[in-house]
Amino acid sequence: MKRLFLLAVVFAAAMPAYAQTIKIGLVTALSGQSARAGEAITRGLQVAIDEINAKGGVLGRKLELLRRDDESTPAKGVIAARELYFKEKVAVLIGGLDSPVALAIVPIANENKLPFMDPWAAGTPITKNGAKDNYVFRVSAVDELVDKAMLQYAQKTYNARKPGMILVNNPWGESNEKGLTAALKEKNIQAAGIEKFEGNDVDVVPQLSRLKSSGTDVLFLVGNVGPSSQVVKSLDRMGWMPPIVSHWGPAGGRFTELAGPSAKNVHFVQTYSFFGKQSPVGQKVLKALMAKYPDIKSPGDVTPAVGVANAYDAMMLSALAIRNAGSTDGPKVRDGYYKIGRHEGLIKTYDKPFTPQNHDALGENDYVWAQFIDNQILPVGMNR
Amino acid sequence: MLVTSALISGLALGSMYGLLALGFYVTYAVSSTVNFAQGSSMMLGAVFAYTLAVTFGWPFIPAALLALFLCAMYGMLVEFVAVRPFVRRGSSAWLMATVALGIVADNAVLFTFGKEPRGFPMLQGSVQIAGINVSWLQLAIPAVGLALAGLLYLFSNKTQTGKAMLAVVQNPEAARLMGINVPLAISLAYAASTLFAGAAGIMIAPLFNVHSDMGTLFGLKAFAVAILGGITSAWGVMLAGLIFGLTEALITALLGSSYTQILSFALVIVALALMPNGLFGRAEVKKV
Repeated sequence: MKRLFLLAVVFAAAMPAYAQTIKIGLVTALSGQSARAGEAITRGLQVAIDEINAKGGVLGRKLELLRRDDESTPAKGVIAARELYFKEKVAVLIGGLDSPVALAIVPIANENKLPFMDPWAAGTPITKNGAKDNYVFRVSAVDELVDKAMLQYAQKTYNARKPGMILVNNPWGESNEKGLTAALKEKNIQAAGIEKFEGNDVDVVPQLSRLKSSGTDVLFLVGNVGPSSQVVKSLDRMGWMPPIVSHWGPAGGRFTELAGPSAKNVHFVQTYSFFGKQSPVGQKVLKALMAKYPDIKSPGDVTPAVGVANAYDAMMLSALAIRNAGSTDGPKVRDGYYKIGRHEGLIKTYDKPFTPQNHDALGENDYVWAQFIDNQILPVGMNR
Repeated sequence: MLVTSALISGLALGSMYGLLALGFYVTYAVSSTVNFAQGSSMMLGAVFAYTLAVTFGWPFIPAALLALFLCAMYGMLVEFVAVRPFVRRGSSAWLMATVALGIVADNAVLFTFGKEPRGFPMLQGSVQIAGINVSWLQLAIPAVGLALAGLLYLFSNKTQTGKAMLAVVQNPEAARLMGINVPLAISLAYAASTLFAGAAGIMIAPLFNVHSDMGTLFGLKAFAVAILGGITSAWGVMLAGLIFGLTEALITALLGSSYTQILSFALVIVALALMPNGLFGRAEVKKV
């Protein structure tokens, strides 16, 4: 009887340690216009978590993903972040598909010394937030770098001399207005015009007419998939189709269906493409995706690819940070990110990706340009 | 060119606002109540039409007609569930009940239609007007909007049912004593209200995207338009819709998009401050 009791005690003591997982939170848009992007982030994270768990997890514990839908709304994102941080005690919160949502979560992370990893939202102030203790990291594009890349691409590809901006009227649009204006100033170029539009505007013709009449030769577009499609449809109605160089918003959904045949005219930035020759990590991830998700039968079905790729690398780097920390304590995990050395990732081979001065793992040389051909995102110039 | 393209954009959008606002007018005129979730009714029109025309592959006309019929049925449901029980008890809770039913409709669509916005196939074809390209849909929208407003006028002034509805407006008790079915008249007003909203949704769908919250902002603006027009005048709200749409488009084209919302709503406030009963409304006469 005594032996049985002892066994029960040992078993009870061992159970929580075995069963207790390290929780990873995800706050992203799982409904609405960016639902596809949210699903892509989920898939990238899940494939990484499955891979980590198959190798025994981190610190001897399995990783567990907890998802919450922010509906692209900052207030809902904040509620979800608080719940995941304080109730579920997630070790790392991953999230922020929309910059306004990410920016709303940043103060919670920094004030409470809890790591926040951003796999999508590109707003410059998300990581460059001015906090003394910065707990926000990112494996994604950064607006100010994307803006430089957009100008460079427009000049190189279209010989742009008078670019005009059509930007969604929210903090993400503002962040890019600053970045694009700075990039133009650096090259001593004056913008033909800067126009804003609301995310639910039906008709953007008045704004585009102003840009057309001011001599715009290339359009810089910043907006998520729905708003971007409204710009393209408005251009179609006007019968004006200048070259469009875009941030990556169109990649977040059914852009071709929403924008119509002219969707292919939009060239947008990406951090990764599953088309072309893949690295061993790329082959491994694609194989895992095809095995786990029956709807993925070819690289074209991994869409938007940046969501999957950024999230996969973000999860892998976060797992390394927890491993380096030796615990799930916030400040220790934050320092764990700084201790990451060389890591062969999906997007690239990282070498000391994070330092106290740099919380962005990707730089301006890590971008590729893509376009929609039918419903697939292909690198520009690549036809299936 | 700037002004011409703004005028065309403004007319199309303004007709949409006008049609939705006409829905506010028709129920207010008959029952002094409105469906505050007109935006949801508009969304339902687009979703029904998309489902029938795209998902089930019906030809557009029958799909649109059935979608409008379903919208009218929804309007009668709104009146029966969210308005009548409260009005009967002398409560103003129908204000919140109609909003709540709209939220229920939005979420029901979110779960059944899907979370992602869908593209309604764009109807091709355009014409050149004053050197600018105009899609024929942009021209058809104001035409259909004004035609529906005209039909409402003919219905309410030339038909027996329409006259009965007007009688309900003037004196519900006397109308009841004269054998007019007052609840049916109010129910029909709600059916007409959501039918107008549904028509707006179907027409705007090819220019916009179809999704569960596509009508929210439209509904809000349409209510502002209804008040601006003077909610007691059918042609008034339709004209106010056109004025609001044109104002928005012209401000954007001439001053830039940063000023659109600030100036257009500031103008609404100024107009209402100067004319408290709206641009075309009349002060209610109360006999003592």
